[in-house]
This record gives sequence, structure tokens and C-alpha cells, in this order.
Amino acid sequence: MNDFEPRIVAFLCNWCTYTGADLAGTSRMQYPPNIRIIRLMCTGAVDTIYVLKALIEGADGVLIGGCHPGDCHYQTGNYKARRRITILRKILNQLGFDEDRIWLRWISASEGKLFADTTAQMVKELKEKGPNPFKQSWMV
Amino acid sequence: MNGVKRMKNTIIKVENKDVLGSLRKFLGKLLESKFVNAILVPKALPGGDGFVQSLIKRVEMVGDTNVVAPTMAVQSARIVSNLTSSPFDGRIGVVLKPCELRATVELVKFLQVNLDNVVTIGIDCVGTYEVRDYAEMEEKDRVLVSQSIFEKFKDGEIKPGNGYSFRESCHICEYPVPLNADMVFGFFGYNTSEEILLTVGSRFEKDITEKLSLELKDGPSSDREKVIEKVIGRRRKERTRVLDELTKRTNSIEKLMQTLSTCIRCHNCMNVCPICYCKECVFKSSDFEHRPDQFLNWASRKGAIRMPSDTLIFHLTRMSHMATSCIGCGMCDSACPNQLPISSLFGLIGDELQEIFEYIPGKDVEEEPPVSVFKEDELQAETGTE
Repeated sequence: MNDFEPRIVAFLCNWCTYTGADLAGTSRMQYPPNIRIIRLMCTGAVDTIYVLKALIEGADGVLIGGCHPGDCHYQTGNYKARRRITILRKILNQLGFDEDRIWLRWISASEGKLFADTTAQMVKELKEKGPNPFKQSWMV
Repeated sequence: MNGVKRMKNTIIKVENKDVLGSLRKFLGKLLESKFVNAILVPKALPGGDGFVQSLIKRVEMVGDTNVVAPTMAVQSARIVSNLTSSPFDGRIGVVLKPCELRATVELVKFLQVNLDNVVTIGIDCVGTYEVRDYAEMEEKDRVLVSQSIFEKFKDGEIKPGNGYSFRESCHICEYPVPLNADMVFGFFGYNTSEEILLTVGSRFEKDITEKLSLELKDGPSSDREKVIEKVIGRRRKERTRVLDELTKRTNSIEKLMQTLSTCIRCHNCMNVCPICYCKECVFKSSDFEHRPDQFLNWASRKGAIRMPSDTLIFHLTRMSHMATSCIGCGMCDSACPNQLPISSLFGLIGDELQEIFEYIPGKDVEEEPPVSVFKEDELQAETGTE
């Protein structure tokens, strides 16, 4: 599995993490190209079905990035996302799917470095895990 | 017992050992005294092979009603939702099994039920048969069933005979008594050929004592509590056994897919679920009407895909949306054409989630469902910040 390159689908909040990713880019920081970013207005808009769809279609990991607690542009979207993602992670864990393929992280607009570090760390850990078992399953 | 807190009691004397007759008479009095203007209560079908919920307006129609109907054709929380979808005059009494009441309470929280003009009348429940099993029974067995259900309440010993069994969801249900009903017909611990318990909550205490000239006292009999504890204890044991067994069949993605492999994605489980209330469902939307090239694209990526597609995402999404509020009525199991263990799967997931959020669905209308609220300083580990 040495040449395995995980694919990560990232749902990023417009106000914080997406802007943070932008900052990483404009600051010419390197981060792994394994990530496919989908911009949303808020992590509170991330329904669990988006995450499930990505995983079932074969994404090796899903990153949900939003504002730090207290900083949500819409006041409470990130807190609600935390509950929803927790619920999803617990369900998948119960059913024998590695919950650590789903990352919820708080990365602000000024934390370009944290964004680059987070994605690098996630890619590293997913490489150790190997491909998502859904990827090759015709039964899903 | 949460269900009997803050409630006052009286005994309804059973005449001529006919408990159903006495209950019908009592329902008639609720109508005659104008305590309620209509009552929703299960009523035997004219052919005798089943029960349906009926909305009774005229007193003489209480004949053939059975508050402890041994089947549950529909989850009445949905009916209460229909009955209260807009304001109306008068007051409706609704006779609900404990799981129906709990689903109703959840729907109140999701703004799908309005209890302003509703009196919830809970009943003790020993369990229900599948509708088709009851319809199949011979006449004499049905008579036996309706008698024996009442006999079983005395010491809580619940073994439905005649070669038929209650639905699995009933065997593993930990809520045989109603939580927070306005009124409860209590049978556990009583010799129901002599007397039954009526408990009344504070909301209608004054009104009902005046209109029916009842005398209400504090505290139920200690016998009742003991019997209920015994029933719950037994069911909890059975629940653990069933859920442990299911865990073995679902604790890896391969096993889960094997367990769900006969799903034909008919959406029956979703359609009958009282908690799955969205009027516009994503699974019925154009998002899931894939184009031919989309199917072919998936098939070429994996070599082959299972058809109909989208079964796993369907079940997992439903779980993540609703498992926190699942009250375990088991209607999904009853509606499944291929006997998939949907209800116990929700039980397995729900028990864990409900523990995390310290939430008992259907217990109290004042408690917010976990998906609607949050705490600022919780679940830190979930975001890698702990």
C-alpha cells in the first residue's frame, strides 16, 4: 500500500476553514493534493447524508472544517454540526466502520498553517489505514 | 416509575368481571360528561379479525372498543399528528399504547403534534401481535387472547400462547407503562376481573373530578410497582440478549451489508415510522433519481453494483437522522417485507446515542431532542481538541 494516495472530501465553512485554506494557498504553504474541497456556508449545513454519500462512493476520508466554538458566523451552526457528526461517527463505529475516517476540525480564517498541518496529518493517518472498504464493495 | 409521578389515583370497579365492558362504560362517561368531545380508541373490526383506531363521537359507538387491543395496525402518533394539524374546537381524548404516547411526545417536540386540545390516555401494555398473526388465529384463540391479556397483568407473566408470539419489539420494550400521560388505565398488579387503576395527572385533575365525580388519592399500590419492575427487568434481559445477538451480525461493514442484503428499498420502514416525519423526504426527491449514465459510471468504477442502489445510504441516513428519537415501537419491522431487523438495529444504535446525550425519547415534552440543541463545552474529543 506504499503508493496508496487517499482521497479526502472536505466540506469547509465559507467563513473560516475555506478562507483558512485560501490563506494557506496564498501564503504558498504546501499541503497534500489529496483533498477535494466543497465550500459550504456553514458546517451547520452539513447533513450526515453528504458525509455518508462521500464515504459510500469511496472517499477514504471526510474532513468537515468550521469556525472555532463561539466564532460561528451564524452563531451556533458549528455546535449543531458537532452533535450531528458525533452521532454519525458513533453509528459507524458501532457498525464496525472506522469512525476516524471522519474528521471534524475547527480552523479559523487566519489559521492557514493549521489547515495545511491538519490535511497533512489526515493524509498520513489515512495512508496507514489503507483504502476505505466501501471503495471496492459492489453491495452498498 | 416516572409515569406515575405527580399523579393521583382512583380505582375503577369492574362489574360482572367484564373489564372491557367497564372500560367502555368509563369511556362513554368521558363523552357523556363532555370531559372530551371525541375519543380515539382501538375498536374491533366487524369481522373480528383485527382492530383499528377509531375516532368516536357518539356514546353508543364505544361498543367493541378495546383499549388494550392486541395489535397495532398503525402507530397512532401519526393519527394524533393528523388530528391536531390545525386548531379545532373541543377536546379529544386519545387512547395510546406507551410507545404511541412516546412517539406522540417526540412529534410534539418536532412541531408535528399539538396537545393543547388533547387528553392523552395511556394504558399499560403487555405487547401486541403482528396484524397478520392475529387475523390468522382461530376464533376461540382470539377470545382466549383478549381474556388472557388481562389475566397476565396481575403478576406480569407475559407468555402469549396459541403458538403465536408478540412482536419482537414488544419483547424487548422497556416501557410497558406510559410515561407522562394525562390519564392512565393501570392494569399491572391488579386483579382485573375485580378492579383496575385510573391515574390522573394534575393537568385535568380538577376537571375530571368535577365532571365524573371521582375521588382521587395519592400513591399507587406497592404491588403494582413490584410487578412493573419485574416486567421491565425481564424485558431488559431479553433486550440485552437480542441486541448482543444482533451486534454479532452487524459489527463489521461486510456483516452489516449481509444483514441488510435483502432490502428492496421499498421505504416501508420509513413510511410507517412515526418519528420519520419529513413531508419532503430526500429519498423521494430527484436527488435519488439517478440517470442511466450515473448507474453505469458506478458499475464501471466497482465492476458491478447492487440494484436497487442506495440501500446502505438509506438506512445509515435514517439512523443518523432519527436514532436519537427512536422509541422502539417496531412498526418498521412489522412493515418490512423481508423481515430485516430494522427496529433492533435502531435499538442498538439508539441505546448508545441516547446514553451519550442522556436522553429518553418520549419521556417529557419539555426535553429538547439531541439534534435540536447543544452544549458549548461538550464532545471536545470529537474535534481533536482534547
